[in-house]
Amino acid sequence: MAGLRSRNISVDEASRPVLPRHAKLRFDETRQVWVILAPERVLAPDEIAVEVLQLCDGVRSVAAMIDQLAEKYTADRAAIATDVIAMLQDLADKGFLTEARERTS
Amino acid sequence: MSPTLTDAGVAASDPSDGLAVLEQRSSAAETFGIPLAVLAELTHRCPLQCPYCSNPVELERGGSELTTEEWKKVLTELAEIGVLQIHFSGGEPTARKDLVELVQHASDVGLYSNLITSAVLLSREKLAALAEAGLCHVQISFQGNEPVVADRVAGLKNAHEKKIEVAKWTRELDLPLTVNAVMHRQNLHQLPDIIQMAVDLDADRLEVANVQYYGWALKNRAALMPTLEQIEETSRIVEEAEARLKGILAIDYVVPDYYALRPKKCMGGWGRQFFNISPSGKILPCHAAETITGLEFLSVRSNHSIAWIWQNSEAFNRYRGTGWMPEPCKSCEFREIDFGGCRCQAFALTGDAGNTDPACTLSPLHEQIFKLAEQEAASDNRRFIYRNFAGGTLETGGDHGA
Repeated sequence: MAGLRSRNISVDEASRPVLPRHAKLRFDETRQVWVILAPERVLAPDEIAVEVLQLCDGVRSVAAMIDQLAEKYTADRAAIATDVIAMLQDLADKGFLTEARERTS
Repeated sequence: MSPTLTDAGVAASDPSDGLAVLEQRSSAAETFGIPLAVLAELTHRCPLQCPYCSNPVELERGGSELTTEEWKKVLTELAEIGVLQIHFSGGEPTARKDLVELVQHASDVGLYSNLITSAVLLSREKLAALAEAGLCHVQISFQGNEPVVADRVAGLKNAHEKKIEVAKWTRELDLPLTVNAVMHRQNLHQLPDIIQMAVDLDADRLEVANVQYYGWALKNRAALMPTLEQIEETSRIVEEAEARLKGILAIDYVVPDYYALRPKKCMGGWGRQFFNISPSGKILPCHAAETITGLEFLSVRSNHSIAWIWQNSEAFNRYRGTGWMPEPCKSCEFREIDFGGCRCQAFALTGDAGNTDPACTLSPLHEQIFKLAEQEAASDNRRFIYRNFAGGTLETGGDHGA
C-alpha cells in the first residue's frame, strides 16, 4: 500500500517540488497576510515559508533553491540546506508539496 | 454535506514548519470578521433522498433559486469582502446547468472552489470542464462501501456504482478527492471497508461524519442512531486507521454529539466564522438555521450588502458571543470553547434555541435525551423516511425508495 502515492514525496536536493493543484499560495489583501488555501483549511505560512514556497515552481531543484537562499542571506550553505529540506519535507508530509510530474508527451 | 465544513482549525500547527492555522482572531472587533469560507447551496434539488439530508425539511423550490447572474454577483461580492474559499453544495450542485460558469467565475474573482457532490449526475466531460474552469477540489459523498446498503440509504438505484466511477475520473483528471462518508447505525459496520475504499480510490481525505440530528435526520433518528458500542468501536477503528495510513489518507472524524460529554463548537460558534447562502439567497448562520422559528434571515436580494447582513442582522447577532447565554452556560468555564453547542439542536430538542445544547452533560435535559437515544438505537427500527419535496416518504419493503 505504501509507495502507492507519487505525491507522498521524500525531499532531497534533487527534488523539484511544486504546490499541488489543491494548495494555492496567495496574498490575502483583506487580512494582509500570505495564505495557503487547501481543502477545508486556510493556513498562514510565515515569511520564510512563503519565500521558500515561492521558489517551488516544479522546475527549480531544491539544490538551486538552497544556493539562491545561501547567497541572498550570505549564510552557511549546509545550515540553510538542513533547514530548507526539513521545512519542505514537513510541507510535503502535510500534503502541501508534490514532485513535479515528468512530462511524457 | 459535511458538518465539519468550516472547522478550518483541524490542521496541526507545528511551530517548526512555519505554518499556522489561520483562524478568526480573538478580539471582539475581529471576531466577526468575514469568514474565510462560505457554503453556497446552489439548489435543493437532488436525485438522492438520503434520510439524514442536511437541507431543511421545508425545501426551497427550483423556481426560487438565484439566477446565474445573481450567483455571479454574489461570488464577486464575497471575494471583495475577503472570503477565500467557496464550497458549491446543495441539494445537488451539478443539477444546476450553469455550474461550470459559476466555477469559472469563482476562479476569475480569485476564490478557491470546492465541489460537494453526490456525483451521480456527473459525466466525464462535465467533470473535465469543471477542472478546466479552475475547480480546486472535489468531495463526493458515499452512503456505504457497496451498492446494497449505499443505494438503499441514497434511495437511488445504481448510485454507488456511479459514484465509484466519478471518483476514478476525479483522480484521472488530477483533481484532489475527499470521500465523505456519513455514518449511522445501519452502515457503521462497513467503516473498515469504507476506509479501504477511500484508499483504493486514491482519495486525499476521508471524512467520517456521524449524522447530526436535526431536520431530516431528526425525523429519522430512530432508524439512524448508533449504539454506544458502535461508537466505541468506530473510535477505535478510526484511531487505528489514522496511524496506519499516515501520509496516505488524512481522516477527519466527527463524533455524534449525543454520545459526547461536551457539545460540539457548532459552526465555530453562531455568527463567528461561517455563513451559508441558501438556493434563494438567504444568508444563514448554518445550513440548519431555518429550523429555528422566529428568526428572520435576510437575503442577498434584500437592499443590504452581504457584509451588512453578516455584521448587523438581528438573526446573526441573536446568539453571537456569550451575552445571550442563560445558565448553566453563562458561568461555565467552557462557554468560549463550545459557545453553548448547537442552537438548532437546542431548539429541536428543547423548543428554545437559547437553551444549553442538551448534548452537554451540564444541560438538565442531557440524561433524558441520552436515554432516549439509547432506547431508539436498541429498538432497531430500520425504516427510513426519505427526503423529498413532498415532505418525506416512508420506506416500503424492497423498493429502496428508488
